[in-house]
This record gives sequence, C-alpha cells and structure tokens, in this order.
Amino acid sequence: MKNALGSVDTVLLLGGRSEIGLAIAGRLAREGARKIILASRPGPSPAPAFGGAEVHHLDFDAADPAGHGAVFDAAVKLAGDLDVVIAAFGVLGDQAAYEEDPQAAAESVGVNLAGHVSAGLHAARLLREQGHGTLVVLSSVAGVRVRRANFVYGAAKAGLDGFAQGLGDALHGSGARVMIVRPGFVRGRMTAGLPAAPMATTPDAVARAVAAGLRADAGVVWVPSKLRPVFAVMRLLPRAIWRRLPR
Amino acid sequence: MTFLTGWGRTAPTRATVARPRTVADLAAVLARAPGRGVAVRGLGRSYGDAAQNAGGLVLDCTHLRSWTLDEATGLVTAAGGVSLHDLMTGLLPRGWFVPVSPGTRHVTVGGAIAADVHGKNHHADSSFAAHVRSLTLVTADGRAVTLTPRDPLFWATAGGMGLTGVIAEATFACVPVESSWMRVDVERTGDLDETLAVMTATDDRYRYTVAWIDLLATGRHTGRSVLTRGDHARRADVPAGRDPLAFAPAARLKAPPWAPGGLLNPVTVRAFNEAWYRRAPQARRGLIQGVAPFFHPLDGVQGWNRMYGSRGFVQYQFVVPSGGEATLRRIVARLSSEGVVSFLTVLKRFGPGTPGPLSFPMPGWTLALDIPAGRPGLAALLRLCDRWVADAGGRVYLAKDSRLSAAALAEMYPRLDEWRALREQADPTGVFRSDLARRLDL
Repeated sequence: MKNALGSVDTVLLLGGRSEIGLAIAGRLAREGARKIILASRPGPSPAPAFGGAEVHHLDFDAADPAGHGAVFDAAVKLAGDLDVVIAAFGVLGDQAAYEEDPQAAAESVGVNLAGHVSAGLHAARLLREQGHGTLVVLSSVAGVRVRRANFVYGAAKAGLDGFAQGLGDALHGSGARVMIVRPGFVRGRMTAGLPAAPMATTPDAVARAVAAGLRADAGVVWVPSKLRPVFAVMRLLPRAIWRRLPR
Repeated sequence: MTFLTGWGRTAPTRATVARPRTVADLAAVLARAPGRGVAVRGLGRSYGDAAQNAGGLVLDCTHLRSWTLDEATGLVTAAGGVSLHDLMTGLLPRGWFVPVSPGTRHVTVGGAIAADVHGKNHHADSSFAAHVRSLTLVTADGRAVTLTPRDPLFWATAGGMGLTGVIAEATFACVPVESSWMRVDVERTGDLDETLAVMTATDDRYRYTVAWIDLLATGRHTGRSVLTRGDHARRADVPAGRDPLAFAPAARLKAPPWAPGGLLNPVTVRAFNEAWYRRAPQARRGLIQGVAPFFHPLDGVQGWNRMYGSRGFVQYQFVVPSGGEATLRRIVARLSSEGVVSFLTVLKRFGPGTPGPLSFPMPGWTLALDIPAGRPGLAALLRLCDRWVADAGGRVYLAKDSRLSAAALAEMYPRLDEWRALREQADPTGVFRSDLARRLDL
C-alpha cells in the first residue's frame, strides 16, 4: 500500500531493462518498496541494486499483447497488490531508417503504442479492482507536438499520451490513477550517440520527479518541469516555423 | 463506493461501506464478504489506514450502540459501536466514569479494545483491555463467540486492529466517581530532564498525568514542558453552585472546512507554543476543571484535523521502555533541532502493559507528535526515529501509524508471529483485511 508519505510497497516494471524504468524502480526501492518485479523479454538482465527489496523477473513481450494478461496474473501471485505499475518499454529507432523500412516503422508503433494500450488496459482493470494504485506511463515531449525529425516515434508517443489521458479519466473516482511522465531528451543508452537537445535530463532526474509525483498524486509530470511552459509555447508555433526547427 | 481516510486524512482509498445495525446483520454481511475482504471501522479516529480497505468492504459499526450499566457492580455492557462520549454522557450523572479515556472521547468501545487504547492514567490503571471482563467477537464465519481474558483470542483481539473479527459487544469495569469534575495541578518544567525527573518522582500521587512538550524550544530549553496532573474531584471540591455530576461539554467550535496547507508552520506553531508555555503557571494546585477540557481539549474544536491542509498529517507515537531515556532525549533533541512543527507533543509515562501480542503500551515513556505530511524529508526522519526506537526495544503505536514499514513492525513487535498464528486460527481465509494490514504485512 502507498503510505501517508507516498512510499509504496510493490512495483511492477514493464520494460524491465529500460534505463529510466530501472532508475524509477531503484528510487522507489530506496524509499521503502519491498517487492520489485522486472518484466522484460528473456535475456541477460542488468542486476541493479534495489537495497533490501525482493526482486523478481518475469517474461514480458510488449509486442505480444496476447501474453500480457498472464504477466499481470504472475505479478499478482508474486507481490499481491501492485501499488505502482511502470510502463517504461519502448523503442526509439532511427527516423531515416523507418522511412526506408515501413514495416519496421509499423512494428515500432506496435511496441510504443499498441503494446501500451494492451498493457495499460490490463493494468487499469487490476488497479480498479484493487481500489488503489498508480499506472506510471512513460510518454515523451516528442508526442506533445510531433516533429519532422522523429515523427514515427513521436506519433506513437502522441497516441500513447492521448491514450493515457483517456485512461486516467476513465479511472477517475476508482481509487486507481494514471500518471503521465513527459521527459525531454534523456541522456542514456537509448539516446547514446545522439546530440543532446536543449534542457536534456537524466534517468535519475526522471526517477526523482516520478517519486515526487507519486507523493503528490500528480497527473502529469514534466522532466525537467520547465518543459511544461516551454511546450505551452511550442504548441502554438506556426507550422512553417515548427517544420524548420532543427531535429 | 466511498473514499475513506483515517483522522490524519492521508492516503485515501475506495471501498464499499456497509452499516450493520444488529449482530444478525453483521453475520449476513460477512457471509457475502467480497474477495478483497472486510475491514471494521468505528468513528475513524485511527490516524492512518487501519479502518480502510481498498477495493473491498468496510463495516461502519457506529450503529451498534446499545449499552447498559449494572450499578451494583459498575460493569458496563456496551455494543462495539457505542462511543465513549455517549458512555460519559450517560455514566457521569450516575457517578461512574470509563476506566480509560484516550485524548478524544469520540472513539467506539470496539475501537478502544481493537487498539487497546491508553489514557493519562496508564501508569496507574494500564490500558482499556485490562478492564474488559468479556467480549463478543463475530468471527469470519459469522459466529458470535464470547471471549474472556483467559482466551488467547481475547488478547489477539485486544490491540489486534480489527483483524480477528468484529467486536460486537464488551463488558468492562467502570470507575465510581464522586463528581464529574477534575482536581488538577499544573506546573512548568525547564527542560526534558526535569520533566522526566518530576514525572518519575511524583506521578504516583496522581491517577492522571501528562506532559505537553514544547518541541520548538531548543538549546538548554529543549524539552521544556507543561505538566498537567489530576484526579477526579471529590464532591467537597466542587465549587458551590455547580452541579457536581454535570457533563455538558461546551458547544463545539468548528474548524473551517478548508485551511491553507501552510497554516501550521514554524512561525505560527512557535508563537502558539510560546503562548501555551507562558500561559501555564509556574505551578498551580487544585484547579477545578471539567472532564472535557482535562481529557479531551482537542474535542472542543470539531474537525481540528483539517487545520493541517489538504495533504493531511502524520501522528508519530512511540514508546521506549524504562531505561530507554537516552533514546527519548535523542529523538526529542533531533526533532527539536530539525524544527519539526508539532502542534501538540505529548509525553506520558506508561505502567505495565496487557498480554496482547500487538498491544502497544509497555512500562516506559511514550511520546506522540503531529507533523504535516507534506514536510520535506519527513519519511527519512521518521525512519531514523523508527531505527532508534527499535534499537531501544520500543515500538510505534499502530492506531496512530500511517507510514511504518513491515520490516520495522516485525522488529518492534517480537510476538508478531504468535499473533499471526491466533489470527490464522480465527480467520483462516483472511476475510478481515485492511490497508494497514496490507501495508504492514499483518
């Protein structure tokens, strides 16, 4: 159960190798979580330090929605109530390559959007029955206004962000909640080799913001927080200018 | 479906609420208990999540409220939902008083037993369950069983936070009083050591004692206190013209329905504390006071818990055994130096506890304080205090708790497994559940 000061007991991380996801799970463990379940495709797993928390691994394939229900069943068997479900899986890919390989582009959207729709609906059903719990959805500023430079990824994130908003509204009053996380450019494995965008952040900063958001029952978390006013303006830029923005 | 919280107004969760009016109703509700189980609730004065059950059923027992007094023996038999306020209103004019009253009289008899509550007379009279002669427990299978202090399940229920069943009725011994007034001595102490010394030396002269600590005083004033100690006044003590057995608490002030989150901040609380400390006389003897202002000063302000703003507050209450004074000093010094804004910080000396494996009191010192939940760094600060308390062989009070960890609980309550075994016998399928039970893995 989430306690009076916002610490939680149990965490399911979907995307169990996601750098941001692991940073969030690690932070929640340091703040008192006692069971962490890492759900990812089979393969070598990083062994991050989760303090004294009990760590479990489950097989989870975002691209295989038919298997998602079983993952939640297994997680509940391991942990009981799930206080926080972090949906952190996703692929970035290369825009130019996607434009050459439409099938690969569609498959990435299958993970980044369809996978989240399936996992999110499973999570929502479970949290609604529990009467408590938070689904943390890793969206991105890339989906707030889709840019020429990464519109396949951005379109999936735009869809995911809209889905998560609707899901949060659907859960309103149920005791369960959705928290949407909109990081800017996050320095890390996923973006290695890319030039950092302005106001770049780190997985640890995202984790700190998510933990604070859980304490405050936030619906949307921007990382860094100043991206919120920045994107309020970005959204209004005329398209002719937006199109010419670098990257 | 309703959102419920405890008195601290933190961590709300949603549940269906049922309001049984008879023991038969209770059994019928339990027969169709949902998969997420059933929690028992009285007047909602536990500070944390003891009477919440996310996604499940909560039994609001406040409609079970009949009671009788046997004037020959002073034994009261009361339904679980009867409040101590109702009892006092009925008992005092007849010359009787409840054996133990916590800091609010708006608690039910069932809650008083389930939390094994204590009052200002703990050093003399122990906790509520010590005065209970028998109780009727409706267990998970819907049966009503009568338990006495000879039954292990009785003691798993006393302090068991409602997880063994529903306390439908209890019979307990009341105290004869000559008047409904209190004869009170008030004195100030300059620091914590003086407070402890005075309480140790002279508490046994009084039935009721408590110290209010100015937690914002630092340096050589750390732990300065106002000691309030008293007894039921004799009839001859009651001023002429006053009804010696009257009990009519003043019409209650109402706290505003909404208060800004920062209303209770270091500046306002420091000012209040200074005034409260200065207001108390150096020493005043034989003050005649009503029961309500002596026992339940905060009941005078209805909904005072809203003053902490929308994020609510945490009450931290721990006990350290006698000999653990160094830990008490360390915690008071730490909280004072951190500038923790606690409106009412109360120190009390405990006498012997009861045999309940989860019952809170033990001989020693208990300190209770309120802290706004939004205070930065509070979680880490209280975890540190938990560490010190556990190392000293002490424990945290579950009726106040909203943030302890399961691991810390297991350290503080070494008889936890004994309690779990008794509960498992009484409720093998785990019908009785609460958010507190989930959080603490009870």
